[in-house]
Amino acid sequence: MPEINLSTAFFIGLGSLTIVASLGTILSRSPVTSALFLVLNFFALGGIYLLLEAQFIAVVQVIVYAGAIMVLFLFVIMLLNLEDEQRLTERYDVKKGFAILFAGLLLVEVLYVVGLKTPAIAPRLGTVAAEIGTAKYIGQQLLTEFLFPFEIISVLLLGAIVGAVVLAKKNFGPERATAKTTL
Amino acid sequence: MNALALLLVMELGDRFALMGVVLGVLLTAVAYTVYAERRIAAFIQNRTGPDRVGFDLIPQLKFLKGAIGLGQPLADVIKLLMKEDVVPENANKFVHALAPLISLFAALTTIAVVPYAKGVAIADVNIGILYILAITSLGVYGITLSGWASNSKYSLLGGLRSSAQMISYELSMGLAVVSVVVLTNALNMGEIVESQTSNPLNWNVCRNLLGFIIFTTAAFAETNRAPFDLPEAEQELVGGYHTEYSSMKFALFFLAEYANMIVACTVIVTLFLGGYQVPFWTDAPWFVQVGAFITKTLFMMFVFIWVRWTLPRFKYNQLMDLGWKFMLPLGLFNLLIVASTIVIFGNSLPLSILNLVLVALCVAGSFAAKPQSKMA
Amino acid sequence: MLNDLLLTLPITIATVWVLVLILCEAFVHNANLTRWLTAIGFAGIIASIFLIPSPEGYAYGTMLRTGTFTNFSNFIFAVSGLLVVSISDKYLEEEEINFGEYYIILFISTIGMMLMGSAANLSVIFIGLETMSVALYTLAGMLRKDVRSNEAAMKYFLLGSFATGFFLYGIALIYGATGELALPRIAASLQTNGVSTLFWIGLSLLMIGFLFKVSAVPFHQWTPDVYEGSPTTAAAFMSTGSKAAAFSSLIIVLSNISIALPNNAVLQTAFAYIAVATMAVGNITALTQDNLKRMLAYSSIAHAGYMLVGIAAGSNEGYSGVLYYALIYTLMNVGAFGVIAVLERHRTLTNASDYAGLFKQHPLLAGLMAVFMFSLAGLPPFGGFVGKYKVFAAAVEADLTWLAIVGVLASVVSVYYYLRVVIFMFMRDPEPAPQANANATGSFALVAIAVIVFLMGIFPTEVLKLADNAMKVALK
Repeated sequence: MPEINLSTAFFIGLGSLTIVASLGTILSRSPVTSALFLVLNFFALGGIYLLLEAQFIAVVQVIVYAGAIMVLFLFVIMLLNLEDEQRLTERYDVKKGFAILFAGLLLVEVLYVVGLKTPAIAPRLGTVAAEIGTAKYIGQQLLTEFLFPFEIISVLLLGAIVGAVVLAKKNFGPERATAKTTL
Repeated sequence: MNALALLLVMELGDRFALMGVVLGVLLTAVAYTVYAERRIAAFIQNRTGPDRVGFDLIPQLKFLKGAIGLGQPLADVIKLLMKEDVVPENANKFVHALAPLISLFAALTTIAVVPYAKGVAIADVNIGILYILAITSLGVYGITLSGWASNSKYSLLGGLRSSAQMISYELSMGLAVVSVVVLTNALNMGEIVESQTSNPLNWNVCRNLLGFIIFTTAAFAETNRAPFDLPEAEQELVGGYHTEYSSMKFALFFLAEYANMIVACTVIVTLFLGGYQVPFWTDAPWFVQVGAFITKTLFMMFVFIWVRWTLPRFKYNQLMDLGWKFMLPLGLFNLLIVASTIVIFGNSLPLSILNLVLVALCVAGSFAAKPQSKMA
Repeated sequence: MLNDLLLTLPITIATVWVLVLILCEAFVHNANLTRWLTAIGFAGIIASIFLIPSPEGYAYGTMLRTGTFTNFSNFIFAVSGLLVVSISDKYLEEEEINFGEYYIILFISTIGMMLMGSAANLSVIFIGLETMSVALYTLAGMLRKDVRSNEAAMKYFLLGSFATGFFLYGIALIYGATGELALPRIAASLQTNGVSTLFWIGLSLLMIGFLFKVSAVPFHQWTPDVYEGSPTTAAAFMSTGSKAAAFSSLIIVLSNISIALPNNAVLQTAFAYIAVATMAVGNITALTQDNLKRMLAYSSIAHAGYMLVGIAAGSNEGYSGVLYYALIYTLMNVGAFGVIAVLERHRTLTNASDYAGLFKQHPLLAGLMAVFMFSLAGLPPFGGFVGKYKVFAAAVEADLTWLAIVGVLASVVSVYYYLRVVIFMFMRDPEPAPQANANATGSFALVAIAVIVFLMGIFPTEVLKLADNAMKVALK
């Protein structure tokens, strides 16, 4: 089947791009380069989503992560004018030991997950992957089955906005800071 | 020929051919947009503009000599390419070279989903409009990175300004797009055009006038065109993000900027002006549709140029105020109106009527108002 | 839809009311008005729980549970919020952060807690957790010009986000293993398809998220710094409401999936060990603390350990003990933090030695503090004793006698540092006297808390019945 070969080739390409970009993110010294690799990583991930027929997620991945969040990251990095990070002292300490231990555990876990045979889960409602990935299906699900989480998440956003304003606003004005109890 | 048949006919090879044609047209159009911009600017400012360069080297085209200066773009391009490519010391060479490429990539790939006639598009993507939003949101990297990589304060300021500006206006742009999606019930560009039919009253500019205004204004900001051209404000930032660019790399930025403008025009035409629909002629032949599409695009490009040479530049705080405190609430309000009309009436006719009445009132008002004293 | 809104009346009221609060603050700019409105909102939630208790069942499909369990946990959160509001105003004024937004964020945080306490779907638990956490991060950094407060907010935010990452990854893996997000359906899927390793990994990641929120060892390091740096009243809220929310959510998850895991010895052992570690670390570290806020932070770790004993028991008895404990802990801990807030001046006067001779200066405050300390130590006849008795008894019933013995030993250790404060207050001579600045509402609230703590120690039966009922009916 030529189609399968094509998508496999794409998957290998995008997958290795993702891995390379992730490595670049954590290995490069300059914060800007790190951020750029992360953008590349998101882009490649978007491609992988596309291969999985999740077109909506793919596009949202690019719009939200690559297009908005990382731009803000880059913005902040440039404003702060961060220097390249210095090599951390090559000294073994307890923290590092723990880091290695937990990273090792996580690796074992990941290998285990990859290696294990999980029973295949029957897709619900007989929907196929291509159908689930469309914007229409996701919209329908959000406004029917997941209506409550979809709506209540606005409270979360509201809280985040109020919090951000409270923490970041320059002045609340003297009259408010010293307001006395009158009630 | 119906759309489905054409889609089936268009195999991969045809799509590549179409891509070649579109890119060729686009790049040539960019050159002549610069020329048009200079001529129109000159006209608005009561000057002559470029009028010397013809095609003297080619005997057959000698008759074009002088008068309207049609050879000017070619000469400009050659001049640009012959210049020395200077990369500032201490600049990040790789990113410095990468930035203009990203800009151009973002500008050129957007056009892939725009339909030029019924069923004729390079890529007929299901979620075309989201694709456009995604690619435009990547365009900001080119400018931000060029600002950072140049290792120059003017460039950095220009880059920061532009990224802040583009993020701010993307929101209102997105809201306008959502209102269009609500109206047309489609994310596919072809379907969006189809739903507008050949009756101009059904075009989104009539059904969703506010959305059109918001989207167009945001498009000005997204393409860094005047009155939102702060990233390259000459008086303050020398050249803004491309201060440190010369030769081919500068040419790429130049190309990207104008390509962006043209692509923005095609998107506006598709979303709001009925795309390839010919007024009152359903199922027009494809070449008529392409003609209609090009005509509308040219008109929008004229508007872009017209605005640039008419309005003064915003200050930075004004830009932010307009984006966040005015356009964003307006966009939400518009979405509310459009959505509730669709829910309550089931169709968009009341919107068209409302908009027509509003436009009529505005026109009547502008005629009725006495001319104010010029000092006021 | 309308019916669902009525079924989840506390959440509906809270969501509408938070909009009222924001609009009011935006247009009137009066922190005191916002404070009163917030208190009214909490009172309204409590009233709705008592007047229109929701029947057993689900709301919004299977997104939310309704019924006695939800009523009980919502009651804890609303009480916690109400008490914190009533002790806040003088303190905030003193620290010059008397913003209306403080109360709004407090209220939003409570909505998150109520979502966690009534969720029947992992997605809702996650949203609730985030709503609560984001609001708490902000509360921690509310003293904007204070470096310690900024540090607290930053630490809490970074570590909290990290924990949330684990939590979300756990949800993703559970979804991958079972194909479901709704807890009852997850249990059903486990029963039909068997329990896979993927599910266990997902569950343990999920548990890490919860254990971070309840500040159980080894995920407790953030607690002292955050409680010390945050505004004292906010720390009172964090240590009570958010802990109760995380525990009620934990109970929901565990009691749902325990249907599918009949021999959950693994879970039981894991929780037992974590409980032992938490009690040991919390109590032993608290011994060396001079700063009362840090001391209470470590004591809150220790109390998380006691509650985990109830979780480890894994029975309805244990769970209802945890519910009761969460309520009584909320009361006494808010009380203790409230007394500190009354006496504190810009981060001074928070050491135990500063309380020397407090009895002679402010006998009422000293008496209140003594009640809270005794109750926290778990001495009869105060409420804390009944709570501990309840969870330890559940452990004994679940054949975890050794765990109960460890718990009792740990509480014996804890008596030392609680009584130290009492000794300073009553037996030492006064140094330059701290000026108390409690106003009417604050003092009244503190007295009321002390009385309730006392009453819950002497007549625990009614509340215990409610807690038992909550478990029995809701989660068979």
